[in-house]
Order: sequence, then C-alpha cells, then structure tokens
Amino acid sequence: MNCIVCVTSVPDTASVIKIGADGNQIDEGGIKWILSPHDEYALEEALKITEAQGGEVTVVTYGPARAEAVLRDCLARGAHQAVHVIGGEETLGDSFKIAQTLAAILKDREYGLILVGVQSVGTDNSQVGQMLAELLDLPHVAGITSLEVGEGTLNASREVEGGKEIYESPLPALLTCQKGLNEPRYAALKGIMAAKRKPVEKIEPSDIGIDEGAGAAYRLRSLSLPPEKGEGTLLQGEDDPAGAAGNLVKLLREEAKAI
Amino acid sequence: MAGILVFVEQRGGEIRKASLQALSEAHRLAAGGPVAAVFAGEGITQVAASLGAYGAQKVFCADDGNLKLYSAEGYAAVVAKAVEDFGPSAVFFSATMIGRDLAPRLAAKLGVGVLADVVGIELEGDVFVAKRPVYSGKAFVTVDAAGSIPQVISLRPNVFAAEESGGSAEVVALDGLSLSIRAMVKEFAAADAGELDVAEADTIVAAGRGIKGPENIALIKELAEALGAAVGASRAIVDAGWIGHANQVGQTGKVVSPSLYIACGISGAIQHLAGMSSSKVIVAINKDADAPIFKVADYGIVGDLFDVIPPMVEAIKAL
Repeated sequence: MNCIVCVTSVPDTASVIKIGADGNQIDEGGIKWILSPHDEYALEEALKITEAQGGEVTVVTYGPARAEAVLRDCLARGAHQAVHVIGGEETLGDSFKIAQTLAAILKDREYGLILVGVQSVGTDNSQVGQMLAELLDLPHVAGITSLEVGEGTLNASREVEGGKEIYESPLPALLTCQKGLNEPRYAALKGIMAAKRKPVEKIEPSDIGIDEGAGAAYRLRSLSLPPEKGEGTLLQGEDDPAGAAGNLVKLLREEAKAI
Repeated sequence: MAGILVFVEQRGGEIRKASLQALSEAHRLAAGGPVAAVFAGEGITQVAASLGAYGAQKVFCADDGNLKLYSAEGYAAVVAKAVEDFGPSAVFFSATMIGRDLAPRLAAKLGVGVLADVVGIELEGDVFVAKRPVYSGKAFVTVDAAGSIPQVISLRPNVFAAEESGGSAEVVALDGLSLSIRAMVKEFAAADAGELDVAEADTIVAAGRGIKGPENIALIKELAEALGAAVGASRAIVDAGWIGHANQVGQTGKVVSPSLYIACGISGAIQHLAGMSSSKVIVAINKDADAPIFKVADYGIVGDLFDVIPPMVEAIKAL
C-alpha cells in the first residue's frame, strides 16, 4: 500500500523566538529548521506499513526553498520519493490555503493512507490534516496513538480528555499522528548518502492552479511576545524544609488564593 | 451582526463545561444579538433547553442514535446543517480534543478557515479579532479570518468564564440530516476513575528528573491527590518511560494553562516552559537555585523535593 506523508519545516523546539523587523514574522536569524517533531511519527508509521505490506512512501512539503532539507531528512530515513511545492511564505498559518494546495497535489495520486503530524510545532493550528481529509473526501482520525492496518480497514485510537476514542475506518483514510504511536528512527549514514540520489519533484503553486495571493482565510495582524513575568517569591528550603513547605502552602492559600 | 452559532459538546448526555464557557463568551460578544447553540447526541433533547441559561436563544438539536458517540464526519454534517438554517457570521467551538478535530473539518466543508485555540477575542464591527498562541506559547499572533464568512473560531478551555445570564432557549430539532460516517468511534474507553487529565485540570503537579526514579511518582501523586490535581511530567521522564506520554507537558506534549502549576524537580527546558508558562500561578520546587524554572515561578522553594513535599502534603491536608 502506498502512503503519502505531508511534512513541515519548523524552527527547532530549542529556538528562542524573537520578533522580526516587520513586527509580523519571527526573526529567522540563528534559527535552525527541522522536520516538525509530530511529522516524525507520521513518517515512521508510513515506513513501518510499507515495510510490512509493500508499497512506497512519498513525502510532500509545501514550503520555501529551505524546506527541501526536511524532505532530504525523510528520504534519508527511508521515504522513496519527495514532492516539494515551493512557496508558502505568504500563506503561513493559513491552514485552509495549505490544505487546498496539498489537495491539488494529491487528488490524482494513488494511496491507501495519508499521514500527517498532529500539528506543526510553530503555527500550532492542528487542522491541515482534517481539512485535507474533507477536501479529498476521506475519513480521518486526528491525533492517533495506536494503529493497526488490515485489509481495506484500519483500527486506531486517540486520547481525548478523560479517556480514549477507539476508531474503525475504511481505507483510504487520513491520519494525524503524535507521540506514543511509535519510536521514530533516525537517518543512518547509508540512508543520508542514498537520499542524495533520490528524486525531489519541484512544483510551483501556479502549476497546480493555486494562486497564493488570493482567497486567504487567515490574516495575520501582528506577532507579540508573552508579557515578562515579575520577580517571584523565593523560599529557602534547605535548612528547614518543613517550615518552607508550611509557608508556601500559607502563601498559596492566603496570597495567591490558588488552593 | 448575523449571529453566533456555538457547538456544544456532551459526553453521556452531560454538557461539557468548556462548551458553556464558549457559549457565555458568544453571549457577551453578541451583546444582545442572536446566539444559537448546536447540540448533537442521543437522548439529549431534554437537557438542550438548559443552554438558554448560558445565552443560547435557540438550540439546534440533533438527537440521533448515530450521533451517540462523536465522529468528525457525523458531527460536521450536523453543524453544517445548523449553519445553513441559522446563517451565522461566526461559529464558535471550545478548543477541546473534539472541538479542535471538528472545527477544521467543518470549516473545509464550508470553504473557510479556523482561528484556533484563541485566548483573547474582540469584535470590530462584524470582524472577530483573535489572539492565539504560536510556538506553543513562546509568542502570540493577533489574527482575523480575512473576510471569510462564517468566521470559525475555537476558544481555549478555562480561559473564558462560564456565566449564567438567565435566558431561555427554543429547542429546534434538526431534521433532514444525511449522515455518512466512515471513521466511527466503536468505543469510548474511559480513563481510570480518579485520574485527572492534564489538559482539563485546574491544578497540575508535575514531575521532572529530580524525582530520580519511577518509584517516586507515588510521592508526586500524593501531593496531586491532596490538591485534587492532575499529574504532569517533563519530556525527560516520559522518554525514560517513568510515566505515560499522555502526562507530558511542553512543546511536543500538552500545552496547559491551569490556575496552579507545581513543578517538582523540573529544571525548565525552553520546550517545557513553552507548554506551561501561561499558567496563572506557578510554583517551583528544585534543589538548583539557578534552574530556569525559577524565572517563571511566582513562588519557589530551593530545596530537596523529598524533604519539601511530605510536609507540604501534611500542611495541605490540615487546611
């Protein structure tokens, strides 16, 4: 069964976020771009499925030139081919526009499953997968932590507040993946060398009928940093831990009114 | 303004608190304008009218055996029908696991976007202007729906207050639904009784590497129990297998904003801070006075958590 994995290039989670000169975008100076962590679970699951059942894994990204690095990372981990839709700077955070672009790429391809990360670690929208499923008229399950793929059907579960939803769905389907589903592999040197020879198909949005400047569904007005925290109250608990603990509980009850 | 439609979530026929928060906020923003709720499930028509107390003038009610358990496809068809009947300028969800799953599916069906996980919202004429976290709370964006209608918006739970406004609602049965549900929930498996979910909890006691080993989770649980709190965890101890990934707080885990967050033996990596720094009151207990967690803490104890937590539990029980 062929699997398609949609991935995103995001700032390393260790990045300190600063506001750029235009006030609307982050300062990209010093930022290291990585495969969005949740996408690693989607790719790993696709690789496991195709290793067990045959078929190929195609990774797709919609992003600027630098996003090619995450495709190479996926190829090095074992993906067979890659598609790069070059653009996405204007449509950053506009999940519907991104889903429309991915749908335009994927509508004529053959696949049993589309796997994506539960969200990009960045714009944090957690919605491209569900929108893409609707546009391609596929069933979806979002945020899965277990999966079994059978003949024409799948069983999956996802964690929700206070429990788990256990799903059954026909194939083809779209799944958004997160931590708990599997243990993603890293690229080995052999894979990294092999990835250099694997093809990356380059596509301009206009080639697939997408006008990035039209039909926005999300407008960014400004970007800001959280307010700075004031100095906290620090208690020394080394010599008299019980005294410090008692004081803390008193402060939480009387001053913070938090307990 | 053409009105706000609010999707109201239930489990086992019981209305979820987070939905009442979204409904109350819609009532506040509409300032007397039309507000309706859309409510789906099985055997729920009786409780539907109670939504009037929180500001719904009308409740579109889809009471159907196929809707007993949540499904994105089934519920999206219900909300789409209510949108068609009510013609709202905005559709509100609570950004719960269901809301964050359903809102984008519905939006794509309607050909619009979503302003997701919103923590602040104002109305400028007919345009909703929303503030939402990005990079897991390391920054915030102020956004709008770029003129698309309806404006689909999900509100972060526990940020907006649920307030009774004393109204009453007319309940309208939603008929003529065509439900085609492929991805079906076969079962809802409830978590162990008494185990609170970090995503919903008002108080969280979280553990990091400072607890030294999985056997000491018991101490953290004791403090959590005394406070009626959920147990959270740093990535380090989740990756070490000391506790399940559902407990992880941080950039690749859950982003939380409880009223009280107590970090025990957590140094405060940037990814962890991103996930919890919007908590209202933060307490840190750590041996290392230079740990970054103290920079975001409102109260801190520099000391050994094994010496501090037991008397703390006693002091809480004595309250």
